[in-house]
Amino acid sequence: MKELSLNILDVAENSVKAGASLTQIQIEEDDEKLVLSIIDDGCGMSEEVVKAVIDPFYTTRTTRKVGLGVPLLKLAAEQTEGSLTVTSKTKEEFPDNHGTCVVASFNKKHLDFTPLGDVVSTMTTLIQGHPDTDFLFTHKIGEKEVSLDTRELRAVLGDVSLGEYEVIKWIEDYLKEQYAE
Amino acid sequence: MKSLAELQAIKDKMKDKVVLREGGNETRVVVGMATCGIAAGARPVLNALVESVNELGLSDKVTVSQTGCIGICQFEPVVEVFEPGKEKVTYVKMTAEKAKEVAEAHLQGGKVLTEYTLNEGEL
Repeated sequence: MKELSLNILDVAENSVKAGASLTQIQIEEDDEKLVLSIIDDGCGMSEEVVKAVIDPFYTTRTTRKVGLGVPLLKLAAEQTEGSLTVTSKTKEEFPDNHGTCVVASFNKKHLDFTPLGDVVSTMTTLIQGHPDTDFLFTHKIGEKEVSLDTRELRAVLGDVSLGEYEVIKWIEDYLKEQYAE
Repeated sequence: MKSLAELQAIKDKMKDKVVLREGGNETRVVVGMATCGIAAGARPVLNALVESVNELGLSDKVTVSQTGCIGICQFEPVVEVFEPGKEKVTYVKMTAEKAKEVAEAHLQGGKVLTEYTLNEGEL
């Protein structure tokens, strides 16, 4: 992937597919480090599946037998001497507190650090594709914080879909303004 | 600064439109957004389609949506066009620029851009 924001888009799609009602995307960075967390309240995975999901030859997809989403994120983290962890609680075992948490940490100073890229476009793409699920996005850069909570927007919009073009454009401008501040 | 009040105004404006769209006789444009599509550049293709469809005033009859792996990863980014009563058209190796052309020529003008479609012989 050319940008980390594309890895985020890819891995967050897994959360939506796991039936998450809320997917949290958190980025925390300073001059040295970047930590990315993707946390969902979806159906979760068993310990065995978690181990397998990090392996490129494991996927739930039926069109092909290999899934590369998580392995590509792991590669991006590890090539900066960072790391990736996946923890998960299944709906069967934890009916009130299930979901998956993917955390990747990166050393930004490393030569092989992939730039974050257009994270605003990743958020608008996720929301356009999945207007009925919620996303909580927070990006902390030192003291600065950019955030978006689709639950707040949904409360205002009522019946109007978050996927409407005008709404997506509003979200894009809303995030861009926060970054520009 | 963007405010939630602005969002409220968008909502009020959209109310009437929501009712209009219940028609069902619409063209569906689908972009493959699995790992293969995303890595090959599907995100700007999708965004270009969403933007063009709205700029051309086609949003009442064309919906743009996302799907998973279509199974022809070597041809990603892939865009499929489903028109009622017509055969599916598959555009391959798309870019944002090509997507804009497809929106104008095909979605608006009704002319399939065969230079960008998948030929059976390539499979």
